[in-house]
Amino acid sequence: MSIRKELGKRILIIDGAMGTMIQRHKLDEADYRGERFANWHTDVKGNNDMLSITQPEIIIGIHKLYLEAGADIIETNTFSSTVIAMADYDMQEFAYELNVASAQCARTAIERYNAETGNTVPKFVAGAIGPLNKTLSLSPDVNNPGFRAVTFDEVVAAYTEQVKGLVDGGVDVLLVETIFDTLNAKAAIFAINNFFRKEGKEPLPIMISGTITDASGRTLSGQTLEAFYISVKHANPLSIGLNCALGAQEMRGHIEELSSIAACYVSSYPNAGLPNAMGEYDEAPEQTACFLEEWAKNGWVNIVGGCCGTTPDHIKHIAQHVKTIEPRKLPVLEAELA
Amino acid sequence: MSETTTIKPYLRLSGLEPLVVRPETNFVNVGERTNVTGSKKFARLILNNQYEEALSVARQQVENGAQILDVNMDDALLDGVQAMTTYINLLQSEPDIAKIPIMVDSSKFEIIQAGLKCIQGRCIVNSISLKEGEAKFIEQAYICKDFGAAVIVMAFDEQGQADTMQRKVEISGRAYKILTEEVGFDPQDIIFDINIFAIATGLEEHNNYGVDFIEACRIIKQKMPLVKISGGVSNLSFSFRGNEFVRETMHSVFLYHAIKAGMDMGIVNAGQLVVYDEIEPTLRELIEDVILNRNNDNNEATEKLIAFAETVKAKGKEIVKDEAWRNESVESRLAHSLVNGITDYIDADTEEARLKYDRPLEVIEGPLMDGMNVVGDLFGAGKMFLPQVVKSARVMKKSVAYLFPFIEAEKEKIRQAHLAAGTVNEEGSGAAKILLATVKGDVHDIGKNIVGVVLGCNGYDIVDLGVMVPTDKILDAAQKENADIIGLSGLITPSLDEMVHIAKEMKRRNMTQPLLIGGATTSRMHTAVKIAPEYGNGVVHVLDASRSVTVAGSLLNKETKEPFLKDTQTEYTKLKEAFDNKKSVKQYLPYAEAVQNKVKIDWDSFAPVKPTFLGTKLFDNFDLAELRAFIDWKPFFIAWEMHGNFPAILTDEIVGVEATKLYNDANALLDRIIVEKWLTAKGTIGFWQASSNDDTVTVNNNGSTVNLEFLRQQIKKAADQPNLSLADFIAPATVNNEDFIGAFAVTIHGIEPHIKAFEAALDDYNKIMLQALGDRFAEAFAECLHLKTRKEYWGYATDEHLTNEELIHEKYLGIRPAPGYPACPDHTEKYKLFDLLNATATTGITLTESLAMYPASSVCGWYFANPQSQYYGVGKIQQDQFDNYTKRKGLSKEVMERWLSPNME
Repeated sequence: MSIRKELGKRILIIDGAMGTMIQRHKLDEADYRGERFANWHTDVKGNNDMLSITQPEIIIGIHKLYLEAGADIIETNTFSSTVIAMADYDMQEFAYELNVASAQCARTAIERYNAETGNTVPKFVAGAIGPLNKTLSLSPDVNNPGFRAVTFDEVVAAYTEQVKGLVDGGVDVLLVETIFDTLNAKAAIFAINNFFRKEGKEPLPIMISGTITDASGRTLSGQTLEAFYISVKHANPLSIGLNCALGAQEMRGHIEELSSIAACYVSSYPNAGLPNAMGEYDEAPEQTACFLEEWAKNGWVNIVGGCCGTTPDHIKHIAQHVKTIEPRKLPVLEAELA
Repeated sequence: MSETTTIKPYLRLSGLEPLVVRPETNFVNVGERTNVTGSKKFARLILNNQYEEALSVARQQVENGAQILDVNMDDALLDGVQAMTTYINLLQSEPDIAKIPIMVDSSKFEIIQAGLKCIQGRCIVNSISLKEGEAKFIEQAYICKDFGAAVIVMAFDEQGQADTMQRKVEISGRAYKILTEEVGFDPQDIIFDINIFAIATGLEEHNNYGVDFIEACRIIKQKMPLVKISGGVSNLSFSFRGNEFVRETMHSVFLYHAIKAGMDMGIVNAGQLVVYDEIEPTLRELIEDVILNRNNDNNEATEKLIAFAETVKAKGKEIVKDEAWRNESVESRLAHSLVNGITDYIDADTEEARLKYDRPLEVIEGPLMDGMNVVGDLFGAGKMFLPQVVKSARVMKKSVAYLFPFIEAEKEKIRQAHLAAGTVNEEGSGAAKILLATVKGDVHDIGKNIVGVVLGCNGYDIVDLGVMVPTDKILDAAQKENADIIGLSGLITPSLDEMVHIAKEMKRRNMTQPLLIGGATTSRMHTAVKIAPEYGNGVVHVLDASRSVTVAGSLLNKETKEPFLKDTQTEYTKLKEAFDNKKSVKQYLPYAEAVQNKVKIDWDSFAPVKPTFLGTKLFDNFDLAELRAFIDWKPFFIAWEMHGNFPAILTDEIVGVEATKLYNDANALLDRIIVEKWLTAKGTIGFWQASSNDDTVTVNNNGSTVNLEFLRQQIKKAADQPNLSLADFIAPATVNNEDFIGAFAVTIHGIEPHIKAFEAALDDYNKIMLQALGDRFAEAFAECLHLKTRKEYWGYATDEHLTNEELIHEKYLGIRPAPGYPACPDHTEKYKLFDLLNATATTGITLTESLAMYPASSVCGWYFANPQSQYYGVGKIQQDQFDNYTKRKGLSKEVMERWLSPNME
């Protein structure tokens, strides 16, 4: 079942936050470790990605809640499943396995959901490729602006392993997301292109989602939105969009702009507003949904959902609000200058 | 609910900010000093490991208007990979430099890759080529594509560098095919560097290098309109090294011609170029002769320039600093300083002007604005480049800064007077607040700054938000500051859309302030048609700074505001209605002026090829099997109302199955037609000596003459765009070179009995099929004879190698327009064509009363061989051309009106 075909027909709903939902389970160190890592030599509490191996039922359960709320696309629990990010827990060697396990959790959730509800509407698994905790365009050392903590080749190698795991685990589409350094994203695109070319496999569609970090209207690495889009459009993505850092209210102007320049589909999954003084997101599901409904009515978006702080309730409201609205039409690509 | 957006095939690059190369971009200059092979200073800094200092070289390039930064670390003493990595990483942490895209330049591909690995934006790779064969070229192209880089392709192949026009075009065409068809590049992401070589070296074989480049630009742009063309300009003047004055003048003249021919970008120190219009005319002609290789037999022009260069050298820098302009009026001096970017005298001249005029403000509104208008005109005409305009703006700012204290003092005086009189304008209370901003995506602020100064001088409180201001920031500020008026400025076309967007947002926010629109691309019409309807509380277009005062005055006075807005709205509504009715929107030139604006062809340096025979040649029973290969299938499918490209349509998701079936049936019928000889292809071609006189082409037919009459485009074109007439592509009678015209008529006989047979069998399917194939055969025959004409019978393109696909896309030189089609819409000229060819007697084609051809599967047309000839539409003509044409044709007005009515208003 082709996601491209579905996008031509309707606005698709992508799921909400994974971390917020995991927090609700109030897991402790032992829960994280499970049986398999009971004697692991470092603390692992907070390594959400490893729950796909140690507590798969929790992850499958969260996916199912989002499917029940109306999500068409669910994201794998793999935001940090790379050899580079796993170094925080000294778990580099499990990067590949984490991706396979997370992709399988998502697949299982869809199978169970379909079996239990008799659903026939296509549901898709997006392999989440996060931004890494090391960046290629910024120096971590203020006194040495030319320094880089990681090289392009290392990042490509890390993403290649992740892509292999996600593909082997059975995802439908790859989602390069929460991009705050475009060069990291370019390394991911480089890895994906080369992976499929070398394996001789039919390439999976790529979704790209950047992050405008603050009111400057730029990415953390300093690019304007249009510059960011131009820098990644060679991926020939299925969709381009924005997620995280901003709530819908702050994201509105950027989505409008993106909608006017993007040759592909447009996605948007903002946070549930900006965090309050306690660091909590408190935008009500109905509020988020009303913002996204207005964008949909303006013909700006093809894929909507939520990021930090959003819950199955948010997704349910969003799905209901945009259900009957026509998706953004793909722009006409002109062949001549004049 | 929103309109579908369209996306143009522009070259799009990025640093921290986007760079979109639009047709109106004119010329993109690439900063060249961050190149160890080109700048001794930069090389020294890098070799000494002074990377931080080397950043200032880059910064200076950006400040001087470089739009792209070329970085090259090719030095035998350097570890290129390491040097590139270090320098680029440092550059990325300097936002004022990293905002523009980088061109990663190296002859070693591993250094290029090292650079690409450090850059988040979309770069240009400089360069790859076919030098080491296709395999290597393709491998490197794929890598560039994986990094999302655009590529410069050097015109270099296994045989070496392309020097002639033909080689440049040929290699570019080959690389283009590989990149677009095999590697999957978009055409707009390909940039050709087609080699600028040194001219005036003393060797005669080098004399035509300038012309070779310029002409190659023209042809490449005609064949591959979306690609970009670049070149390293300084090579051109290599033989004059040490003589910067002559070199810079040569570069300026060369660029003027090359840009017109299609050059888009260049590695050049554009800030140092002389303004084309400011070059002393005799010197300019001398240089033009050398560059265009005119009057240059036995190196005559070259010798003259060398002799001149010696005098400049001998006199040292005296001539360079020609100070004669210092003796002119203060107004002329200010204009000269602005156009040439000279700051040396600006304070003194400004002071002199201040004393001469009554008020300091008048200096700005008068001579300074006049000077900037000249700059604007020269930029618009392609005679100045962005870096030069940046220099002009700097001079302008300096002059305004000088005047500022005087203006402030005057303002204070006015305020005191107001206070004394107890009237308005008391500090902090009365002054109306006007908010100004250049909209998002646009960096131009000279005009806006002037408006700010002028309004400020008139006692308004100005809040200037600067350039590249996003909508939200403008409107938030307007609400926070409680502005009374919002003024938007913009110079580039996309700014217009941004302004529409702001108007919409003002409505959404329920704002009440009037909105003023100004800037070079804005117009009353655009404002009336696109912006005003989006916002109900007043939108006014302001033509220039001086008008802004009266407009602001009318809007801020409670009594005049309503009537003023009402009048404006009435006027805009009328304009919009007129626009919607498409009345009086298009402008036309008087016919005499249109004739003057004909296609400029340098006939003295162009020698037309003489056809291998004059007179006609008959093809009595042409081989249908040979024609089959020339069939263009796309129109065949359109005849069956199946729209799409061939062969893609055969695999189309929706119609693919049907299309394939149709295609197979058509081929089966074709097999029968050919084997059973159902049809006969007859055709004739002819060539004659010909010369033009404006829109008349006189053909010499074996001693007797025939006058062919052509129509000319009369619509007002953009600057430098000709009003085309086919007659322009034939040499005028006044030049010495002999020129020629050709014609052809082809037909397919024998279709009727088979049509009848199908009809009798009630087989409509095969009947339509046969008719469609008959038409395809006639077109294929025309295409086939045109090819033979180009390569053999006329022989002006003997080395042409095009695929059928390329033939269909008309990628060849020369054209074959038919009377009655857009370029020559008068059907009655077909009589002359048939007479010249004796077509009815030899091919059996007859003309019906309405000048259709019978048999229906027939094609005829003229042959034009000139490389600049092209297809186009004449469009609407005016009464004056109609009268002139009717007279030339010797026909009655009634008759001509009947034939030309589609072209009349």
